[in-house]
Amino acid sequence: MTELSPVPVQDRPADPAADPAGVVRQPISEGSEWTFELLDTYDREIRRVAAHYGLDTYPNQIEVITSEQMIDAYSSVGMPVGYHHWSYGKEFMSTQKSYKRGQMGLAYEIVINSSPCIAYLMEENTMTMQALVIAHAAYGHNSFFKGNYLFRTWTDAEGILDYLVFARNFIADCEQRHGEEAVEELLDSCHALMNYGVDRYKRPAKLSMAKEQARQSEREDYLQSQVNDLWRTLPPKEASEAARKERRFPAEPQENLLYFIEKNAPRLEPWQREIVRIVRKIAQYFYPQRQTQVMNEGWATFWHYTLLNHLYEEGKLTDGFMLEFLQSHTNVVYQPPFHSRMYSGINPYALGFAMFTDLRRICEHPTDEDRRWFPELAGSDWVKSLDFAMRNFKDESFIAQYLSPKLIRELKLFAVVDDDQDEKLEIAAIHDDAGYRQVRQLLAEQYNLGNREPNIQVYNVDVYGDRSLTLRHFMHNRRPLGESTPEMLRHIARLWGYTVRIESVDQDNLVRMAGVCEV
Amino acid sequence: MSQLVDRRLSGKNRSAVNRQRFLRRYKGQIRKAVTEAVSGRGVADLERGEKISIPSKDLSEPIFHHGPGGRRNVVHPGNQEFVSGDRVDRPQGGGGQGGGKGSPDGEGMDEFVFELSKEEFMEFFFQDLALPDLVKKQLAAVPETKRARAGFVSSGNPSNLHVVRSMKQAIGRRLAMAAGPREALREAEEALEELVAAGRGDSPEADELREDIATLKARVAAVPFIDTWDLRYANRVDQPTPSSQAVMFCVLDVSGSMDENRKNIAKRFFMLLYLFLTKSYERIELVFIRHHTVASEVDEENFFSARESGGTVVSSALELMHDIILERYPSAAWNIYAAQASDGDNWEQDSMRCRELISQSILPLVQYYAYVEIEAEEPQSLWHEYARIAATSPRFAMQRILGLEDIYPVFRELFKKKVT
Repeated sequence: MTELSPVPVQDRPADPAADPAGVVRQPISEGSEWTFELLDTYDREIRRVAAHYGLDTYPNQIEVITSEQMIDAYSSVGMPVGYHHWSYGKEFMSTQKSYKRGQMGLAYEIVINSSPCIAYLMEENTMTMQALVIAHAAYGHNSFFKGNYLFRTWTDAEGILDYLVFARNFIADCEQRHGEEAVEELLDSCHALMNYGVDRYKRPAKLSMAKEQARQSEREDYLQSQVNDLWRTLPPKEASEAARKERRFPAEPQENLLYFIEKNAPRLEPWQREIVRIVRKIAQYFYPQRQTQVMNEGWATFWHYTLLNHLYEEGKLTDGFMLEFLQSHTNVVYQPPFHSRMYSGINPYALGFAMFTDLRRICEHPTDEDRRWFPELAGSDWVKSLDFAMRNFKDESFIAQYLSPKLIRELKLFAVVDDDQDEKLEIAAIHDDAGYRQVRQLLAEQYNLGNREPNIQVYNVDVYGDRSLTLRHFMHNRRPLGESTPEMLRHIARLWGYTVRIESVDQDNLVRMAGVCEV
Repeated sequence: MSQLVDRRLSGKNRSAVNRQRFLRRYKGQIRKAVTEAVSGRGVADLERGEKISIPSKDLSEPIFHHGPGGRRNVVHPGNQEFVSGDRVDRPQGGGGQGGGKGSPDGEGMDEFVFELSKEEFMEFFFQDLALPDLVKKQLAAVPETKRARAGFVSSGNPSNLHVVRSMKQAIGRRLAMAAGPREALREAEEALEELVAAGRGDSPEADELREDIATLKARVAAVPFIDTWDLRYANRVDQPTPSSQAVMFCVLDVSGSMDENRKNIAKRFFMLLYLFLTKSYERIELVFIRHHTVASEVDEENFFSARESGGTVVSSALELMHDIILERYPSAAWNIYAAQASDGDNWEQDSMRCRELISQSILPLVQYYAYVEIEAEEPQSLWHEYARIAATSPRFAMQRILGLEDIYPVFRELFKKKVT
């Protein structure tokens, strides 16, 4: 799910594009009321312009919904078909409350990475907002979903809706058979580990509803037999003590905790393994979105801006339309400075939009500096260059590759080192010649999920002893685990069924126990 | 290829199941919040929703994350005065993000606040009281209605057709519609008679008149006997059954031995009785009498908050109640219910007088008298005396209460009468 939500901000002067001389205005509509005919007309026009710029998209399914349905979609992480879980109820209630109190403008749109690509429009929106959302979601995000390599590798847009239906039915079925509480406990534990349920390197197999169902029962039986084999109480052969100690299980550390649990947890029932698998699959499905937030939002924002401006230049939009559009647009891409009360990190819309706009500038109007930094980009066809950038990068590599000195100056980016062994913070680099590369590299690292989340892997299982599971946390820059660790270990122990330990390994390879949950 | 779909009418309230899951999971915390809310409410103010707040940390969903410490590189926008190599103090309260985030109505960010609907609130209220499901349903239900006649209307279903009314209507219409032609007919006939009398019965004028008469007769005959417009149907409307009024006396012992906990149990006892009564009566008045050695009528606020020291003379309250009934609530016009809560302490000599007062003066006037003895260690003299009343009168109920679940049996008899 991605969403476009207004950032609360004081009025900033919106600078409407000057009316190009000689354009005959034949606006598609006047006034702010929308109708289905108008939606259709706007969609047609936007599609025409999008095709002009070569945006390749899945077919669109644009759904008009009420604000309540929007909150609902919002709270179920944008999954159009979700299984039942208390956490979605909690999310719904808190979203609804802040919406009612007027604290939060509701996201204007939610778009779902599926084929057809489902975009939700809220009925309360004005015609301008609906057009903006169509351009943003149905053409911006949609083309990103279809083009970006991570989505192409990791997600199957055709199969996801079927899979979600399968998942919901399966879980509802389990609730009937095994009780709501048992399923809920299991889901709680799986949700806690969701971020550790992804394969970062292997490509997943295609999902399809029929295949999935057919394979499921087969898999259950097979898995159980494998598990039983692994835990067979009679040792097959006399192995020397030393050899046993030498050989760890798993032989290599495993990064996908949920996968490891699904395949190897000794005491899970077949239906429990299937639920672990469902959560893991959904986590994997959302994984690319977490890695491409800046790019995805930047791309969609860049295109709604470009497409609507194109229509305006053709004389199809009124000045009033453009003023309202620019007002919303500037709100969305506003980046408060770090000392502002509203600052809460870098706004992905602002950064992404600025980077794509800057890329286009480098292609069309390069300066000497740009020629030095981006010799292959300067003067190239901007549509092709942007398309290449969209297809082949994720946030981390995109920033490392394309963040230009000019943009660093514009955003006045600076890097701070916060070291607990140092009394003061140190400014590592600012927007000057000496600092560009370092700022760029540090900002890119900031978007590396591997650095953001603790790096935790399955290290060992005491197969011949008490069956306890040992995880290892490979520390990055000496950063310790947070206070949620004991609770997390309880969740893992619930899934594993035996004692779970976690050890922290620092840069000098010193191993230290970071927590135990005895069972 | 785009498809526009209007989804606004489908899938309303899709989150209802998830909401129920949430409420079930946190029923412990919610029940606690409901208990507190009940303490803060008036006896007659139970049937509405409530804002519930739960500490956010109780319902967080944990994930692995980094703790404070180690070495972190952060890139921020909007540099003003820093140059590289600067060393600056750590901002208080984290990363330069402005001060604490207070919300306008004083709810902290570490509280998760949501609204319980009226039904959900009642459900939690009932849970403690161990009410049978049937009773819960009856209490939570909207007041029952009965069909009552309400005149006649011109549309309805055939089974409600009112024949007499319809025929009356038809007669009126026939009269009105035929009035003109009849008048003309009478005149024509008179004119014809005159002509015949004058011997000109064969004249063309007379023939003309005869023709007119025939037409007019046909017109009169053509007025339909009964028409759709004549039909009248008996009209029936739903009328809420509770149509009478009741007064509920709350008698509470506020002597030194009644502590907060006992008063809370007493309050629920009063609340529940009130709730039962609202299902049967349209209008209910509450009278609060508190007593220690002397009794006084007070408003609700003072009723629960006051605490006195000293001994207990129950009869003082009973006398006051009797006086108030005679003075303000003639038993012909009012259904009178009395509920008394006490810890059972009373002066020995007074208990006998209480029995006499109740059985001779009060019971003949009231519908029901309920007495609860809250957390008394041993049945006291009052209990023994009251037990003698209970043995002889079905309108007197008594119960010793140790926990909230003991309250309901007091009303069992009362309620049975209602269902059957």
